[in-house]
Amino acid sequence: MKAVVHVFLKPGVLDVQGKAVENALHGLGWSNVDGVRVGRVITFDLGQDDRASAEADVKAMCDKLLANPVIESYRVDLDA
Amino acid sequence: MKAAVVVFPGSNCDRDCKVALERSTAAQVSMVWHQETALPDGLDLIVLPGGFAYGDYLRCGAMAALSPVMSEVAAAAGRGVAVAGICNGFQILCEAGMLPGALLRNAALKYVCKPVDLDVVNSQTRFTAAFGARREATMTVGNGEGNFFADEETLDRLDGEGQVVFRYKHNPNGSSRSIAGIVNPAGNVLGLMPHPDRAFEADLGLADGALLFQSVMASA
Repeated sequence: MKAVVHVFLKPGVLDVQGKAVENALHGLGWSNVDGVRVGRVITFDLGQDDRASAEADVKAMCDKLLANPVIESYRVDLDA
Repeated sequence: MKAAVVVFPGSNCDRDCKVALERSTAAQVSMVWHQETALPDGLDLIVLPGGFAYGDYLRCGAMAALSPVMSEVAAAAGRGVAVAGICNGFQILCEAGMLPGALLRNAALKYVCKPVDLDVVNSQTRFTAAFGARREATMTVGNGEGNFFADEETLDRLDGEGQVVFRYKHNPNGSSRSIAGIVNPAGNVLGLMPHPDRAFEADLGLADGALLFQSVMASA
């Protein structure tokens, strides 16, 4: 089973990188663009097929390492 | 008096910290590789130095916080041994959960490298006692991710409990409430973004950092 983990800064946390990208898009003429957030995608093969156990494992991985709960939130997609 | 400087792959201020400690105090300083599973006996201070441990992969400090030596550092802190995380070391302490909050990218997206004027907010800590009646200090910062962040509740607690130790007079990186350095509730774990190890004797232009090292070694 494959996992795709999307990590983003929480809504209340200023994403200065997103802001810089947004300004650059405005500079290229897309002046209506708003709310750009730059995140991170982490993909891996879990080496197991049980969905419930995979969900629990990936959640633990996110909480321990892949995301920092002080500043980031995450979303997990599992794909058989 | 004994101190140890932890060396991670990518640390680049480890030697600076050793020299700064040796020149400003009488401490015997050993270097400890991050893969060690035991620390030298009888340590009075453990320093996590500046640099880019593990290339700041994933998040600054994230991989280093999981190094084998860090469980020993946490155990020593639990026994009351002083721990100081400078710059990247501060980021590592936050990632390890030994200090609250996190360090974000600088608000202006720029690496900031310059002397900064600081308010010594709490001079009653093990790290600041030698400042005495002085309420100001100048040290240098060198960071791209020095923007301290914590939620409002945590910031109120840090302020209320005297855990804010240093504050920037002119915020260089967008840090919440201009925070430059904090201690844990027990007061024996310090994290700060400015470098006392780059400001410890007059020949360097700045000498206030020596007071920090002298404070902590005097408390031993």
